[in-house]
Amino acid sequence: MELFVFVCASVMVLAGALGVILRSNPVHAALSLILTLFGVAVLFVAQHAEFLAAVQVIVYAGAIVVLFLFVIMLLGVDRAENMRTEPLAAQRWIAGVVGIGMLALLVAAVYSGSDEVVVRGEGIASTVAGDNPNANVEQLAKSIFSDYVVAFELTSILLVVAVVGTVLLARRRRGEVKAEQ
Amino acid sequence: MNALVVVPTTTWYLMLSAVLFVLGTVGVLVRRNPLIMFMCIELMLNAVNLSFVALGRQIDSIDGQAIVFFVLVVAAAEVVVGLGIIVSIMRRRNEVTVDDLAELKG
Repeated sequence: MELFVFVCASVMVLAGALGVILRSNPVHAALSLILTLFGVAVLFVAQHAEFLAAVQVIVYAGAIVVLFLFVIMLLGVDRAENMRTEPLAAQRWIAGVVGIGMLALLVAAVYSGSDEVVVRGEGIASTVAGDNPNANVEQLAKSIFSDYVVAFELTSILLVVAVVGTVLLARRRRGEVKAEQ
Repeated sequence: MNALVVVPTTTWYLMLSAVLFVLGTVGVLVRRNPLIMFMCIELMLNAVNLSFVALGRQIDSIDGQAIVFFVLVVAAAEVVVGLGIIVSIMRRRNEVTVDDLAELKG
């Protein structure tokens, strides 16, 4: 069963990723990104990371992709990009070579370490907490609010700084508004 | 029936994560629309998240998932700031390829 889930989710993930890098219309690319993010969420569920799957759907698919779509609409760039012409000759060739080389390196690294990961854990929920259905969330909460509480507080500062900085970046200064009127 | 009980090991998840990461890298290298480049960066972040969760499950530790939680937060902040910069640049220029943004002065 997990094999079936894995294969279906992998197809979703890879099809979405190919859609992101091949579709010329940015809106289609953003929708392909949603497909990939849902596939990753399914894989999280398959690995007993239910809380992260929910957060993945809510934050990524719900907030970040909607933000992308808002910016696409706001800027009016939702027309297809011309993918035929390539201003930098050989850029795609070099990118392809770099991609294949990197894939070969990563696969070789994973393969050479595959002996270490043959014995698989049963998943956190089943080993530590028995049949408790909330085990994942409880353990994650314990970990974040005890071991990583300083990092957690720092992320709140990071978010505030990001929001304030974005408002400053994106607002129109008074002169610009007058000039447009 | 025996062939159906093959379960995907951690290596499978790591291989999928590697492929996803490389697809994101190629996208960043090939595409010239800054929005699409941001989406490809999200692909790379998701690949890393996937490998974190798989390896955390491998060693029966919750730390992998905690790190993924923080990666999600930082990714959200990064997208917000990046899109703010793109909006403020595109308000002055109409063309939307990164080739036109090679100079900061403008």
